[in-house]
Amino acid sequence: MGSLDLSQLQHLWWLLVSVVGALFIFLTFVQGGQGLLYSLAKTEVEKSLIINSLGKKWELTFTTLVLFGGAFFAAFPLFYSTSFGGAYWVWMLILFTFILQAVSYEYRKKPDNLLGAKAFEVFLIINGTVGILLIGVAVGTFFTGSNFTLNDFNFVTWHHPGRGIEAAFSLFNLSFGLFLVFLARVLGSLYLTNNIEHAVINQRCKDAAFTNLLWALPFLLYVLISLLVMDGYAVDPNTHIVSLESGKYLTNLLALPVNGLSFLLIGLLLVVWGVAATRFMGSRKGIWPAGLGTVLVVLAIFAIAGYNNTAFYPSKVDLQSSLTIYTASSSHYTLTVMSYIALAIPLVIGYVFYVWRLLDAKKLTEADILVEGSQEKY
Amino acid sequence: MLEQIDLSQLNWARGQFALTAMYHWIFVPLTLGLSFLLAFFETIYYKTGNEKWKFVTKFWMKLFGINFAIGVATGIILEFEFGTNWSNYSWMVGDIFGAPLAAEGLFAFFLETTFFAVMFFGWDRVSKKFHLISTWLVAIGSNLSALWILIANGWMQHPVGMAFNPDNARFEMTNFWDILFSPVGVSHFVHTTSSSFLVGCLFIVTICSWYLLQGRHVDMAKKSIAVAATFGVIASAFVGFTGDESAYTAAQVQPMKLAAMEGLWDGEVNADLVVLGIVNPGKKPGDDSEAFQFDIKLPYLLSLLANRELGSFVPGVNDMVYGNAEHGVVGAGEKITIGKEAIHQLALYKQAREKDDQVGAEIALAAFNQNQKYLGYGYLEKPEDIVPNVPIVFYSFHIMVALGTYFPLLFGAILFFLYRDNLTEQKWFLRLGVFGIFMGWVASEAGWVVAELGRQPWAIQGLLPVSIAKTNLTTTTVQMTFFMFLIVFTTLLIAEVRIMLKQIQIGPEGE
Repeated sequence: MGSLDLSQLQHLWWLLVSVVGALFIFLTFVQGGQGLLYSLAKTEVEKSLIINSLGKKWELTFTTLVLFGGAFFAAFPLFYSTSFGGAYWVWMLILFTFILQAVSYEYRKKPDNLLGAKAFEVFLIINGTVGILLIGVAVGTFFTGSNFTLNDFNFVTWHHPGRGIEAAFSLFNLSFGLFLVFLARVLGSLYLTNNIEHAVINQRCKDAAFTNLLWALPFLLYVLISLLVMDGYAVDPNTHIVSLESGKYLTNLLALPVNGLSFLLIGLLLVVWGVAATRFMGSRKGIWPAGLGTVLVVLAIFAIAGYNNTAFYPSKVDLQSSLTIYTASSSHYTLTVMSYIALAIPLVIGYVFYVWRLLDAKKLTEADILVEGSQEKY
Repeated sequence: MLEQIDLSQLNWARGQFALTAMYHWIFVPLTLGLSFLLAFFETIYYKTGNEKWKFVTKFWMKLFGINFAIGVATGIILEFEFGTNWSNYSWMVGDIFGAPLAAEGLFAFFLETTFFAVMFFGWDRVSKKFHLISTWLVAIGSNLSALWILIANGWMQHPVGMAFNPDNARFEMTNFWDILFSPVGVSHFVHTTSSSFLVGCLFIVTICSWYLLQGRHVDMAKKSIAVAATFGVIASAFVGFTGDESAYTAAQVQPMKLAAMEGLWDGEVNADLVVLGIVNPGKKPGDDSEAFQFDIKLPYLLSLLANRELGSFVPGVNDMVYGNAEHGVVGAGEKITIGKEAIHQLALYKQAREKDDQVGAEIALAAFNQNQKYLGYGYLEKPEDIVPNVPIVFYSFHIMVALGTYFPLLFGAILFFLYRDNLTEQKWFLRLGVFGIFMGWVASEAGWVVAELGRQPWAIQGLLPVSIAKTNLTTTTVQMTFFMFLIVFTTLLIAEVRIMLKQIQIGPEGE
């Protein structure tokens, strides 16, 4: 690893950040489940089943988001400083929804919780919808660009009073956000079907998975078609000069046949397969193909945003302020050190998966919720 | 760059970070301390098979879970606030500071959260042994997360293992091990975690004292308080040793902070240690007014603590502001001049590079390297800018030390009364015990005030002042988020306190 040159390390770290981002989007099944709380559960017991099922996983999603931020900070600090400092409001609002989520599982059912159970349920729904929508909007700017300039010292100035919120008024960004919301709901339904043993909830989950996939499709199509026809932000690898190039993202998809086009197509098919198997063939394991598919789709999206000499965080105001994996990255030494640290990723995935299997070996049932002194704590 | 300085927005940004950090720090020491106490309780249960210890473990685990949730909620914002409110800082030192944060997420948070789920949901799903291991892993994970963030903070107090890269105007890591094993970072970590263990112990002391006063859950309370007091005594020893080490390292690398901690305005050979004092709040650098309105001092002791050598010189605030040639202290005025020259040469270097003027670039770079030692000072306006708020740092330090001295006595007395088997009869003492956690919080927060306010005006000691580190935001924007955080965190804190009190009132289930 120590023999990798700077460019190889920059590419490696874009891949690692993409993997963490892709795993995060897969884990937003928690947010999807939260958003569907009232449509999947009609009674208090049903609500408790869903909350307890998601409650075993919410911290995993949360921690992955924190790691995603940390990995970006360590590997591409200029993105961290430019986007978080610049698009201030969009990130602040995302974080607020996650703050609300973090207490809601624990406090919802506890006596004397000040706000009442309903308020904490609403917090979960806000996180599951607004939070994911805004994340989609923020990622959408990887393609549509943002309103910033960098000075000689790489200090950011934002040229829109909305401080990032203006991105939500782009149809592309909004569609991207809505696609992620419905995708999360698809994944949430599939996860709950897999984790809960309850005929009524299972049936509602199967229906919800299918319905939300249908809702996701128009937004996905709009995003994909836009991506194929829109101008992209290309960078000259030698001079680092950024310019607009027509059909850049289509070029990227075709130039990256292995992790671009095929990942995207196979990923989408796997998501559809996961839903179809659940809805029409009675499978309870649709979350796994759909989860894998989600990871592949997100990897493809990150690949076309950052690879093949593309500016992954473009500036609409000043093209030359746009960020590329070359200009935004940490030094060779730091990326090398971080690469050694990243060797722990398979170990972490391994024990997370092991514990997941261990805790989910027995499906959650109504009896688990109703029994006196139940260990189901939410 | 200097024209970007906006003191009003800067102060709100600092206020917001202080607000979120201080809220977060109400909950974190409890997590760090209680996680190990849970591991102790469960280990006793595992070894003895006595179900009563299982009830003890589950009761404290319930309170741990309530605290943990709000700790997580208040914590996420801190990581991202480096980017949102301190974006220039994030760029200038992200090459160094980001790595510990990423390592924290990878090594610590996943360990903590994965096994947290086993700890809470796994009682009937995994073996007794695996459950015990999970509880220990939660404790280790929690404290590992503290390691990485405190290493990062230690680096901000004493930047090592890095070099300035003039081509992109940022600091870059050159030696990871120097950062990881920096004496400041290590003593910072041990002092913070061991003092957090004390806070965890005091939480148990408070609740158990209340139960014993009420005559409720007596057996559970005596079992819990015995373990907490024992752990508290051991942790106190670490707090004492590492506190001394922290003061010593501050004297070596942050002498201004030490001077503020002690209210030392004029340096002295064989300086006295102020045990108790009321500082003169109107005192300014360079004036002749008295430093204290009232004080009690121990002769020579500050020199001994600061330099571990009697007869040594400890510089005061005025020495560092105006210089002291006799003792070789360079004044801030001189450092500012050198720093401004470094900034000027850096600008010339960049201009020469843009014009492809190789010779000009080399000359400017050589001049920059000669002056870069005080680069950060070049962003300051006047020598007095290097002085932190002396009264706040002084009082915070002395409150922390006084309480840190009181806690081992409290724990020792609990063990003494338990040994004599008459703790339940000591009503006055138990009433004192009820105040334990509140004193613990005061001491713990005061420690952070000393650490963070004591190093002002620096974000990175000597290299980057907070006025340059901040994001270019309007004052109104930061004010809005400040009040959003204030309202949300206060509401959640009230909810947490109410839930916690109710659970304490209910007590352990199935006892």
